Amino acid sequence: MKYVILIYGNPESRAIWDSLPTEQRARGLEDYARLNEDLADSGELVVTEALADHAQTKRLVLRDGQRTTTDGPFAEAKELLAGFYLVDCEDIDRAVEIAWRVPEAQLGLVEVRPVMTLNDFLL
Amino acid sequence: MTPRPAAFEPLLRELAPQVLAILVHHHGDFAACEDAVQEALLAAATQWPAQGVPDNPKAWLVTVASRRRVEAWRQDTARARREQTAFALTPPDPDPAPGVDDTLTLFHLCCHPALTPPSRVALTLRAVGGLTTAEIARAFLVPEATIAQRISRAKQRVKGTRFTPSGDLDAVRHVLYLIFTEGHTASSGDHLNRVDLTTEAIRLTRLLPHDGETDGLLALMLLTDARRPARTTPDGALIPLADQDRTRWNTDAIAEGTALVHHALSTHPVGPYQLQAAIAAVHAEAPTAADTDWPQILTLYDLLNSIAPGPMVTLNRTIALAMVDGPDPALAALTKAEQDPALKTHHRLHAVRAHLLDLAGRHEEARPHYARAATLTQSLPERRYLESRT
Repeated sequence: MKYVILIYGNPESRAIWDSLPTEQRARGLEDYARLNEDLADSGELVVTEALADHAQTKRLVLRDGQRTTTDGPFAEAKELLAGFYLVDCEDIDRAVEIAWRVPEAQLGLVEVRPVMTLNDFLL
Repeated sequence: MTPRPAAFEPLLRELAPQVLAILVHHHGDFAACEDAVQEALLAAATQWPAQGVPDNPKAWLVTVASRRRVEAWRQDTARARREQTAFALTPPDPDPAPGVDDTLTLFHLCCHPALTPPSRVALTLRAVGGLTTAEIARAFLVPEATIAQRISRAKQRVKGTRFTPSGDLDAVRHVLYLIFTEGHTASSGDHLNRVDLTTEAIRLTRLLPHDGETDGLLALMLLTDARRPARTTPDGALIPLADQDRTRWNTDAIAEGTALVHHALSTHPVGPYQLQAAIAAVHAEAPTAADTDWPQILTLYDLLNSIAPGPMVTLNRTIALAMVDGPDPALAALTKAEQDPALKTHHRLHAVRAHLLDLAGRHEEARPHYARAATLTQSLPERRYLESRT
């Protein structure tokens, strides 16, 4: 089963991160590197990316054939998507176990969501 | 990577595990031999269309793969001296004693307990199934690089494992079951470019030595796959078992599956795959849904519940109970089952409750349960079906 692990940050968590001593930030990055390595090893990693700053977002809306693009940053957004993992693992409990290892769980917010499948075997 | 011409595909896939087993016996080092066999398969796919299939295709593949193996060995400077041995340079005998044990050994290696399920599945499809990395990636809807990495890491992990036919057959069967269920989709999508995983799972299960549970698994796959032509509408919507046009079921698959499970049950200790297959066979025997022998199905679920209990067994048993004793006792049983935390969050619990309420004529009460089940399922076709009932 595939699950997406969504990693959110917010301006406060960003500020905390920026204020951390260099060694502590390095440890956070090491945690990521180790997690990526372990997931590659276990065959559970499909893809992972860290996203550029939220200010670089472009929002698109198509209404009545009319295209509108709005550039970020967007003041109303509270938790900002900062990165994601797509994992292929046994079940959601395992996906949650993986997600606990994402350092952002300590500062921001981490979500696990199942990916829809075309499988109809259970019916 | 060049796609293999379809005409040679079955032959190449049949020979792949045999050639690999011969090479591993001769040279050792599963990981390197597996690479060499993939290269030989690719060479066959590019050369055979022009030059014709060799008289002894297996010997051809063994020779080419062996040459590749030795070339790779030479490139490895640490082994520069050992490569001189005549042993390494002589291609192995392409026709050693029959290879059932060898194929079984490959299965055990690919389903090694040190590997996670996704790795076992990928390695089995490649090493035993002879599929290319690209084919496996398309079948699982993941990038090719993901599968390539998954396979190479898995091979590193089983490096040094002794090549002997020992291991847990249950683990092998579970991997084949996973491959089958992954292929069992209502997608009407790009079939031309996707390997049919249900067919592949059935083919691979046939390579295992016969025993009660292996025959039970094969029967379960055949009986389930037999319903495929009747399971979806042309636009990909699901048709539940009770509403399927049974004249469209595959009678050959049903005959084979039924014979297999009857034989297995009468000659082997009973196991969960045999019981699930037996249930599928009872459904297959009924010319219409109304003719279904529900008391027999209920008995089989009771047995299954005693040897291999689980949320799906509990829920399916409840449906059988409703068909035998009526919806009210079944609803009561469901309320009791709901105490199990594993079931409480299961989308099927809500789907079954909705179905039972429907059976009881309480359609208005059923709706919110269908809706709840629709939001909880991970299956797109199932969600569409459940939404259509709200």
